[in-house]
Amino acid sequence: MIGRGIGIRKDIFAIRTVIYGFLIVGAITMALPYIWMLVTSIKPIEEIQAFPPTFRVKNPTLEPYRDLFRMVPMGRYIFNSLFVAGSITIFNVFATSLAGYAFAKHKFWGRDKIFFLFIGSLMIPWQINIIPGFVIVKNLGWLNTYKGLIIPSMAWCAFGIFLNRQFIYSIPDDLIDAARIDGCTEFMIYRLVILPLIKPVLATLAIFTFLQQWNNFVWPLVIIHTSHMRTLPLALAVLTGQFGANFGLVMAGAVVATVPMLVVYLLFQKYIIKGIEMTGLRDRL
Amino acid sequence: MENETFLQKINKQKISYLFIALPFTLFFVFQLVPVFVSFFWSFTKYDVIHSPQFVGFANYKTIFFNDPLFWKAIRNTFVYVIGVVPPGIIMALLLAVAIDQKIKLKNFFKSIFFLPTVTAMIAISVIWKWLYAGEKYGLLNFFLIKVGLHPIDWLASPAWILPSIMIMSIWAGLGYNMILFLAGLQTIPDSMYEAAEIDGAGFWRKFVHITLPLLRPIIVFVTMMSFVFSFQVFEQVYVMTGGSGGIGGVLNSGLTIVAYLYDKGFQKFQMGYASALAYIIFLMTFMLTVINKRLMKSEVGY
Repeated sequence: MIGRGIGIRKDIFAIRTVIYGFLIVGAITMALPYIWMLVTSIKPIEEIQAFPPTFRVKNPTLEPYRDLFRMVPMGRYIFNSLFVAGSITIFNVFATSLAGYAFAKHKFWGRDKIFFLFIGSLMIPWQINIIPGFVIVKNLGWLNTYKGLIIPSMAWCAFGIFLNRQFIYSIPDDLIDAARIDGCTEFMIYRLVILPLIKPVLATLAIFTFLQQWNNFVWPLVIIHTSHMRTLPLALAVLTGQFGANFGLVMAGAVVATVPMLVVYLLFQKYIIKGIEMTGLRDRL
Repeated sequence: MENETFLQKINKQKISYLFIALPFTLFFVFQLVPVFVSFFWSFTKYDVIHSPQFVGFANYKTIFFNDPLFWKAIRNTFVYVIGVVPPGIIMALLLAVAIDQKIKLKNFFKSIFFLPTVTAMIAISVIWKWLYAGEKYGLLNFFLIKVGLHPIDWLASPAWILPSIMIMSIWAGLGYNMILFLAGLQTIPDSMYEAAEIDGAGFWRKFVHITLPLLRPIIVFVTMMSFVFSFQVFEQVYVMTGGSGGIGGVLNSGLTIVAYLYDKGFQKFQMGYASALAYIIFLMTFMLTVINKRLMKSEVGY
């Protein structure tokens, strides 16, 4: 027997071969575009345009990367992406856990109705919000600013609130009451009792939010019209439009936008996969 | 004493409202209000510069009866959804089953299939645009030539632009669905398979009679999510079809419904018209969700 699953004793070899063959072909298909991106980004132009194309680089060069940082403010884009995704993540983690605590353990007028509003908003696609969102941001004078990039994105907090509420709900009331008797204020309870207990959830939420925001494209596309305020995905899209024929340069840009998240992924794999599985929770309400 | 507890209660409520104040305010301004505003705007003519002008159902009427581009976008979107969701789900399911076996390098395979999920869709599209590059130096065409086929004008031909985006999207979505299926597979107890084996069930029968039925809730859920996500496809279309002359590709053969909304709203600044489109998209996604929910409820529990 192959162990768990559907393999059986008799066909063990045949089935094993089929499974490995399937997985290996699949893995190559997945890896190939990434490898091709890396290879292209270190090729001189003659080699990029050579036929037949090869994965072997005869004269590796960093020229595409030098061009990239010379022609567009790439450093600024990296900073923009880090700053925007970072701020939203920090806000999201603390604001949604604080609100999640109130929704889980406090009794106040309208609590369930407000919570229901948040949850209901998960059903609404971004296409509905984006047009008024753009006009609001425009009227606030926030087009082409960090405020415009960050503050409206902080409003997408329903899922975080839901997640935190679920986890804080399972913390025993006795623990909170004990802290209250010891003279803790509500904020101290949040800070000293709740936060340490929900750390794993917050870690997952943080990585997930950061990833999503780092890769976010539509909102920056709509509200950023000046070059130096672009985030990486937007910069990459513009780069493709401008230097579409210079594939070395564009692939170097893709590497800069992609590799940091691949590293984050490899470091925090466990949390990210947990996060994906938890989004499945959304529907089990 | 009674007074005191009452005061305490009020005080405690105050702090609760304080705790939710910030996220709620943002949520109210940027999420809740826009839902109603765009509904109102869908009955107006609005170009952002002048104030909205009420036009009744004119936008909806034009969209349904006098806008061939809308129908083209709808058609393309449905072709895309049908072409992406079923094959994508079947492949992800097979992958999940394969990885769920006792195999070597399990985590390596998991990670590699998952890579696109952490990659920005824009980056994926840019990389694939290069893979699809025409004639000579594009990698995919080189493979085609090598196996004796004709090179394809992937992104420049009306017939291939949509399939090109579809192939890429299936590739990009595999890992995400696979993880959800794997989570489901792990809840199936080994004893079930062992019992079936004792009864002499083979590979295929175990898959059909144990794995599929037990996984059904997750399959329905993943299908529903995929339908909604695919229906709203945008970033791929933006990169792959957007050239100098806006979005949609040759003869608009790559135009999807959300791309059309973007074009109307943010390139032509017909905000009223775009709002009506947004509500049509919303209603269609909502209907998709309801239909899928029904399917999920109708199923028998195991």
